[in-house]
Amino acid sequence: MKIALDWLREFVSVEVAPRELGDRLTMAGFELESVGPAAPPFSGVVVVEIITAERHPQADKLQVCRVSLGHGEPLQIVCGAPNARAGLRTALATVGAQLPGDFTIKAAKLRGVESAGMLCSAKELGLSEVSDGIVELPADAPLGRDVREYLALDESVLELAITPNRGDAMSVLGIAREVAVLTGQALRGPDVRAVAADAALDAATAARTRVALDAPEACPRFHARILADVDNRGPSPAWLRERLRRAGQRSISPVVDITNLIVLELGQPMHAYDLDKVQGALRVRLARAGEQCELLDGRTVEFTPDVLVIADDAGAVAMAGVMGGLRTSVTPETRRVLFEVAWFAPRAIAGRGRRYGLVTDASQRFERGVDPELGAKAIERATRLLCEISGAKAGERHTNESSAHLRAPVKVSLRLAQLTRLLGVEIEPARVASILEALGLRCTSVADGFDVIVPTHRFDLNIERDLVEEVARIVGYDAVPITPAKVAQGIAPSPGARIEESRVLDTLAARGYHEGVHFAFVDPALQERLYPHVAAHRIVNPIASDMAVMRLSLWPGLLNALRENRRRQQTRVRLFEHGVVFPVGAAESDRIAGLAAGSRWPEQWGARSEAVDFHDVRGDVEALLSLTGDVFEFCVPQTPPACLHPGRCAEIRRAGVLVGLIGELHPSLVRELDLAPAPILFELDVQQALTALRPQVAEVSRYPQVRRDLAVLVEENVAFEALRACVTEAAGAPLRELVLFDLYRGSGIESSRKSVGLGLILQEKDRTLTDEATDRVIAAVRSALTEGFGATFRE
Amino acid sequence: MSDLSTLTQQALDEVAASTTLAALGEVRVRWLGKKGLLTEQLKSLGALPSVERPAAGALINVAKEKVQAAIEAAESALAQAAVAAELAAGRIDVTLPGRGEARGAIHPVTRTRLRIESIFRNSGFEVATGPEIEDDFHNFEALNIPADHPARAMHDTFYFDDGRLLRTHTSPVQIRELRKGRLPLAMIMPGRVYRCDHDMTHSPMFHQVEGLVVDENVSFANLKATLQGFLRAFFEKDLRTRLRPSYFPFTEPSAEVDMSCVFCDGAGCRVCKHTGWIEIGGCGMVHPNVFRAAGVDAERWTGYAFGMGIERLAMLRDGVNDLRLFFESDLRFLRQFGAA
Repeated sequence: MKIALDWLREFVSVEVAPRELGDRLTMAGFELESVGPAAPPFSGVVVVEIITAERHPQADKLQVCRVSLGHGEPLQIVCGAPNARAGLRTALATVGAQLPGDFTIKAAKLRGVESAGMLCSAKELGLSEVSDGIVELPADAPLGRDVREYLALDESVLELAITPNRGDAMSVLGIAREVAVLTGQALRGPDVRAVAADAALDAATAARTRVALDAPEACPRFHARILADVDNRGPSPAWLRERLRRAGQRSISPVVDITNLIVLELGQPMHAYDLDKVQGALRVRLARAGEQCELLDGRTVEFTPDVLVIADDAGAVAMAGVMGGLRTSVTPETRRVLFEVAWFAPRAIAGRGRRYGLVTDASQRFERGVDPELGAKAIERATRLLCEISGAKAGERHTNESSAHLRAPVKVSLRLAQLTRLLGVEIEPARVASILEALGLRCTSVADGFDVIVPTHRFDLNIERDLVEEVARIVGYDAVPITPAKVAQGIAPSPGARIEESRVLDTLAARGYHEGVHFAFVDPALQERLYPHVAAHRIVNPIASDMAVMRLSLWPGLLNALRENRRRQQTRVRLFEHGVVFPVGAAESDRIAGLAAGSRWPEQWGARSEAVDFHDVRGDVEALLSLTGDVFEFCVPQTPPACLHPGRCAEIRRAGVLVGLIGELHPSLVRELDLAPAPILFELDVQQALTALRPQVAEVSRYPQVRRDLAVLVEENVAFEALRACVTEAAGAPLRELVLFDLYRGSGIESSRKSVGLGLILQEKDRTLTDEATDRVIAAVRSALTEGFGATFRE
Repeated sequence: MSDLSTLTQQALDEVAASTTLAALGEVRVRWLGKKGLLTEQLKSLGALPSVERPAAGALINVAKEKVQAAIEAAESALAQAAVAAELAAGRIDVTLPGRGEARGAIHPVTRTRLRIESIFRNSGFEVATGPEIEDDFHNFEALNIPADHPARAMHDTFYFDDGRLLRTHTSPVQIRELRKGRLPLAMIMPGRVYRCDHDMTHSPMFHQVEGLVVDENVSFANLKATLQGFLRAFFEKDLRTRLRPSYFPFTEPSAEVDMSCVFCDGAGCRVCKHTGWIEIGGCGMVHPNVFRAAGVDAERWTGYAFGMGIERLAMLRDGVNDLRLFFESDLRFLRQFGAA
C-alpha cells in the first residue's frame, strides 16, 4: 500500500527521515517495499497565471499566451493545450528547466513566434500516465512559487506491505496509528464532525435510506445517506486528485474520488449509488440462485447463493463488499447520490470476489476486517467533502442496524508469566501496560497480569497470544535475546536396514550419473504413451496442459531431460532422479530411476567407442542393489511394459516381489520421441528394493579351492539364469562360485547355438577336495546340462 | 708363480669379455668352480714344500677373490643395464587421461538438503517427511487457515478433482508429526512443495525445509538461537540474523528471518538490494490453534517452527543466479557439482 507522507502528516507528526520511518515500520511488521518522491525529479517549474491567450497567427491549434510570474515582465509562451485560457493558474517550465526524461527547456520559436518556456501537463511533469491539457492549479496558487514546493512533490511516498491480519492498517489513518505508537507522537483524527441535514431534502427522501437487513449476520449495520444537488461533472479539486495519484489511483469524478479517498484514508470501503437509478428501497440479502448482475467493470457475473448482494426492487445492484453494479452507478450527470457505508462480516465476503477474479480495495479490506464503528465517521467525512466540493446538500444519516448481530467488546487476559515463557525474556509490567495502552487497549492490572479491553479497530486481537505478539512487536524482536535451546535429550532409533540416502546417490554419481530434479507433473500425452490406459491424478488448474498429470514413474521427466540435453549437443547422457511418484489408489511411492544413452564410456583413448547397452546399466543397478547385501532376480516379464523393448527388459524381484524394472526404451517410442540411440532405463522402489540386510558372516574355509572351466554349447534361447540354476543344483555344496567368463557365437559353432564359458570354483569347508571328488562334481554338472539343455562341450 | 698371474689375467679378460649373465656363469664355473682352473691350482700346492704352502695358497686365494669380485661387479653391471633397458623400453605417457568412467554429480538442491539435514541431525533434530498430495485439513485447516482465509491467496494451490491438493508448504508434516503425540520433539521436515506460479523467480515446484521444536518451555529466544546457529553453520560465516514481525496463520508471534548479506557482509550490494539484509525464511511460535488441531495441550507445551526455501539456500551458498537452472537437468550445469 502506498502511503504519501504529506497525507500521513495530517494525522501524526513525522520527525524522522522517510527511510528511517520506513525501517521502523518494517521492524514493526509493515515491510517497507520502496520509498520514493511523489514525483520524478524535475526543476525550474513555477506557478504562473495566464493573462491573455490568443490564437497563434500561423497555427490553428496553438495559442500565444502572456503569463505572469507575479513579478517582473509577463512572459510570452506558445501553448497547444486546449484548456489554456486567460485566468488559469498553471505550471510553467521556464527556460533552463529540467523535465523528467532528460528534457531541457530552451527558448524557442514556434511557427515564428517566440516562446520563453513551456506550459506543462501532468504527464510532462511525470504526475500521470495521460493528460488532456495543461495542469490546472487552484486560483490561490501563489504566483512564481516552485511547483515542486507548492505541490509538495519532494514529499516521500512509502510503499508498505500489509500482512493479511492487519486489515486495520490498510489506510493512512491505520498507519498513522502505528507511527504514533512507534514514535510516541499524538494521533490526530480526521475531521468527522457530523454534517447538518437539510430538513426538506430529508423529509422527501428519508424513506429511501431505510435498508432491509435480510442477512443480519453478514451485514448487521448499514449507514445510508442521500445527497442532492450534486455536481459530478468534475474535475475533482487538485488536492483530491493528487492524493489519489500518490496512492496510485486515477481520478474519475468527484463522487467516486471521494469514496476512493475515504477507503484510502480511513480504511472504510463505501459505495455511491445514483439514487435516481435505484428502484425502490435497498436491501442486503444473499443472492438468489442464478441471479446476475452487470458489475462496474462491465462484466456480468452470475452469483452463487452464498454471495451477499445489495438489491433494489429490480434485483442485485452490487456485489456486497466487492464491487458495485453498472445499472445504479454514478455518472457525470448524477444529481442525487445515495452513500452506502456498511459493515460486512469478513466471513461473508472472504473469497467471494476472488471466485470471480475480483480483488478490489473493498473486498481486500472487508475480508480482512473493518472497524465496525468506523462507518459513522466515514459517512460524515464523505458527506462533508461532497458538500464542500460540489455544493451538494445532505439528508439525515440513517443507520440501519441489527444490534444483536454486532460484536460485543472483546476482553482478553494477558498473563505476564506466559509472556515471559513465550518470549524467553522478562518485560517490565509497566512497559507492557504502556505498550498496550498506546495501542488503544484499555488495561486493568490483575494478579497475574492484565485484563484488556480491545478497541473495535483491533478486531485481530482476540486471544492472549495476540497480545503477546503485540508486546513483542512494539518492544521490538531485537529486544528478545538469543538463547540457545535445550533440545530434549533422546537418542533416536537407527534402523540398520535404512541405507543412507547419500550412499545411494553417491553410488550412481560414482558411476557417471548426474542427478536431475524434474517437475512431478508431466505431459499427459507422453505419460499415456508410456503407460497406456493407466489412470493418473489430474490437476484441475495446471500451469500448462503439458504439466497436467502427476507422474506414474520418473521416466517421463528423465526422457524429457534426455531430449533437452540432446538439443544441447550432449550425446552421452547419464541421469538419475530420486523422488516420489503418484499411483492412483495407492500410497505415494519413493523411487530412484536412471537413464543412460550414448557411448558406454566417456570418449577416451583407451576404450573402443560402443553404445551403452542393457548389461552396462544392469551393472549399475546391481551396484546399487549390492548396497543391500541381498539377492535380486532379473526376470523376463510375463507381460513386458509397453514402453520397453519386449526382448530387452527385465523385472527386478526381491524374494519374488517386484521391486523395479530395467530395459531399453521401446523402438517405436525411440522413433516417435526422436531419442535414437535408444536409452536404457531403470527404476527401483526405494522402500522395497533399497533396505539392507546385516552381513551374515560365515567361516572362511582353510582348504584349497579348485577351478574347473567348462565351455558349454547350448541353443541360443537358453537363458544364462537357467544354466546357473542347473549348475548350482548339480554341483551341490562344494560350489563356492560360478563365473561366466565367456560368451561366444560364431565360427566353429552351429549358428543356432552359443558357447557359454563357465568357471566353477569348488571348495570344501572341512577337507581338501580330491581330484576324484572334483571329477565327480564336474561329471554331475555335465550330465545335468546335457540332460536339461542338450548341452555339448567344447574341450 | 708367474703362471698364476697369467691365469688370473686370463680369467679377468674373460670376465670383461662376457656380455651376458649366462656367459659370466660359464666363466665362473671354468675358473672358480670345483674343477675350475684356479681352483685346480690349489690342488697343486701338495707338490710344494710345506713351508711354502701357506704363502702359495694365500696367493691363489687372493687371485680367486679378485676374479670373484670381478665377476660380481660384472653381474651387477649387467643387471643394472638390464633394468635400465627394461625401464627404457617400458616408458609410458603418464600425461594421458585416466581410463574409465567420469564421475557424475548429486543435484545442488539435494546436496544442500543433505547439508541442512546433517547440520540439524548433529544438533539432535530428527528428519521427517510427509506426502506431497495433501488434503485441505493438513495443508490449511489444521494450520489455522480456514476456507476463504485471505492467507490462502498467498498460496496459489494446485487442486485435484477430489478436493485434495499438492501441498503448498511442508507445514502439513508438522500436523502429521504432532498428531503422533511423541512430545517433546525437535525435527526438520524437508520436501518438495508446489505453487501455481511460474516465472523468472518462481518455480511451480520447489523445496522447503520446515523445522519444529516443541517442549514445555520453548521460547522465541530459543528460536532466534536455532536460526542464527543454523545459518552460521550452513554458510560458515559469522553472519547476523534479525527477525522482523510478520504474519503466518500457523505461528504467533510470527517473523520473517533476515540474515546479513553473505555477499557484502551487510555493507549493501546488488544481491541484497543495498539493504545489507537477505530474507531467508519465516518463523514463529506455534499458534495455539495449530496445537489444538493436532491434539496437543497448548497450555502445557510451547513450540517454535520455521521454514526456509532450499533453492534459495543453494543459490546463496553455491552462487547460482537463476532458479530455473535447478529444474532443467542441463548436464553442463549439473557437472559443476561433482565435488563432494
